[in-house]
Amino acid sequence: METIVFSLLNGVIYGLLLFMLSSGLTLIFSMMGVLNFAHASFYMLGAYFAYTISEASSFWIALIFAPILVGLIGAAVERWGLRTVHVNGHVAELLFTFGLAYLIDEVVKIIWGRNAVDYRVPELLDFPLFELFGAQYPAYRIFTLFVALAMLAGLWFILNRTRAGLIIQAALTHPHMVGHLGHNVPRIFMTVFGVGCALAGLAGVIGGNYLVTDPAMAVQMGPIVFVVVVVGGLGSLMGAFLAAMLLGLLQTFAVAIDTRFADIFGFLGLSETSEVGAISIASLAPMLPFLLLVIILMVRPRGLMGDREL
Amino acid sequence: MKLVKSAALAAAMAFASMSGASADTLKIAFIDPLSGPFGPSGQSGLNEWTYAAAQVNAKGGIQGKQVEVIGLDNKVNPKESLIQFQKAIDQGVRFIAQGNGSSVASALVDAVEKHNKRNPGDEVLYLNYAAVDPVFTNDRCSFWHFRFDADADMKMEAVTDWIKGQEQIKKVYIIGQDYSFGKAVAAAAVKNLTAKRPDIEIVGNELHPLGKVKDFTPYVQKIISSGADAIITGNWGADMVLLIKSAMDSGFKGEILTYYGGSKGAAVAMGESATGHVKAIVEHNTNLPMSDAHAAYVDGYEAEYSEDDYYYHRISNAMKMLAMAADKAGSTEPKAIAFALEGMTWEGPTGTITMRADNHQILQPMFMSTFSKDGVTRGVEDLPLGWTSGANDRIEGEATKTETTCKMKRPS
Repeated sequence: METIVFSLLNGVIYGLLLFMLSSGLTLIFSMMGVLNFAHASFYMLGAYFAYTISEASSFWIALIFAPILVGLIGAAVERWGLRTVHVNGHVAELLFTFGLAYLIDEVVKIIWGRNAVDYRVPELLDFPLFELFGAQYPAYRIFTLFVALAMLAGLWFILNRTRAGLIIQAALTHPHMVGHLGHNVPRIFMTVFGVGCALAGLAGVIGGNYLVTDPAMAVQMGPIVFVVVVVGGLGSLMGAFLAAMLLGLLQTFAVAIDTRFADIFGFLGLSETSEVGAISIASLAPMLPFLLLVIILMVRPRGLMGDREL
Repeated sequence: MKLVKSAALAAAMAFASMSGASADTLKIAFIDPLSGPFGPSGQSGLNEWTYAAAQVNAKGGIQGKQVEVIGLDNKVNPKESLIQFQKAIDQGVRFIAQGNGSSVASALVDAVEKHNKRNPGDEVLYLNYAAVDPVFTNDRCSFWHFRFDADADMKMEAVTDWIKGQEQIKKVYIIGQDYSFGKAVAAAAVKNLTAKRPDIEIVGNELHPLGKVKDFTPYVQKIISSGADAIITGNWGADMVLLIKSAMDSGFKGEILTYYGGSKGAAVAMGESATGHVKAIVEHNTNLPMSDAHAAYVDGYEAEYSEDDYYYHRISNAMKMLAMAADKAGSTEPKAIAFALEGMTWEGPTGTITMRADNHQILQPMFMSTFSKDGVTRGVEDLPLGWTSGANDRIEGEATKTETTCKMKRPS
């Protein structure tokens, strides 16, 4: 019972963090057709900016300004980088973001060093909120939950209840049509790219201290974010949300399960001392997202909620 | 023809000048992580090697040669380590130091063995200051490998001896990193606990990926719901810091028995609530009674590297023993030094230290240290908290000796 409650809580929080990261990527990917390899690097930038700003002032200021800063950098990258590369086609764009990811990686290493920085949870939130089955639950995690939910609500509102949202939605599914209708598509692209990066930055701000802020964080998060986008389906924020939650829960539940292969396939004669039998579900946790990716691409190439094939 | 001759001459001269340069320096290649999740562990190791070398150099070096420590980043990757090893050889290095990761040590033991077999007269000596998989001083022992830290089995003996006297511990959870070292710790824990305290229930025995877990909360919540009174872990580096951070955040109340609770960053993550509950089995802590000379050494280190605390005492031991062996052999040839190191015994700052001749494992006093608030004269990580040990927490070097399966093959 306690395992289920804890895994649910942790899974939902991790899932929301993943969604925060991948929502921007989905928007960019669906609208511009650019698989932004540098997306997770913007997440890392968010965490490092938040660290520097909170050292100089406070976490709360960082919470507001770090994502904005990341968003501005994102918009600048689109305006002066991607837009010029765009004329050379998708492959050039892909290579551009690929290079950008490495560039950001190295710049981060030069500025902040190769090791993890001591980016800490703000003192105001550094206390156990409640106790459940003998284990305390840190308040900061619940705060993360609320920030993510607020972001989710905000995004939903903008996309569904504002004029800008309508245009973006239209551009998601029919990018060419929107252009033909006379909207300034390059500006929409720039805004979406900026906002998408800002969302990744926000994920960095609240994820950097709950996880770890080090130069490897982009490389570690990157592949999982792609899995979310592909599994969720192109052009569907709902799909990205479902996929993020699914992955979050899947990974945390897998860690919590102590079962070994021998327990499951024991009836086939698999013994606990054999190599395969000794593998535990928990040790498979890091592999599960990619297993899911492979299966989805084979069974349902357009993803859970997507309406276009990749 | 003339061209070939002059080229040969140039090559010969280049060679001569190269060996000339290495004639008055003794180079030690430090092959360990200097970036990534284990970067902090490697960097403080490099700092201590560099400091130890500077101290030796101030007294005239080793056999008149100045000691130079070259830091090479291996990212705790065995393949990368072999590249760095080759790089070191190309620079004329004859001594390598490594400690972080038995997976790396495993690759290096083989590489050194192979290199020495193929290049007689140009051998390399391997000073292992922290890779503690017992296999390197047992089945896979090598004449060219010397270990200056107690191995995983010796440490587990001490940890379980302590548990033996703790009646209130009924349930133990073992968690470690998924590679040879983590497995060795888990196996030693299970073996020792069943022998010494058969009434203890091992409620969990789990391995997690090395350096990949960023949030240990799911693991810790699993540990708490298993009802464990104590956690045994061999984790080090970021894996130690993050595990302990999650344990504190989730309010784990039991004992945490570690090998590397002193990993950089762990003390800040633990804070005051952890005092009295976290223990580490180590060869030194900075609140032991110290001689003036030793205190000056420690102070000097902490003054020069203010971001570090003095932690790897074994590095200081290794450097001193290297110098003593060179003096004894009257040479800085690795082969002569290796023979001189075998069976060497001396009085170190903490007591008698012996390098076993039969398997090249060091025997030194070990201390079951507790993270404490009281009796702390030297805090760690700028906290008023530090590691202390009482009179009963001392284990003499001889008492840590274990049986070995090593059949040492010595060169003629």
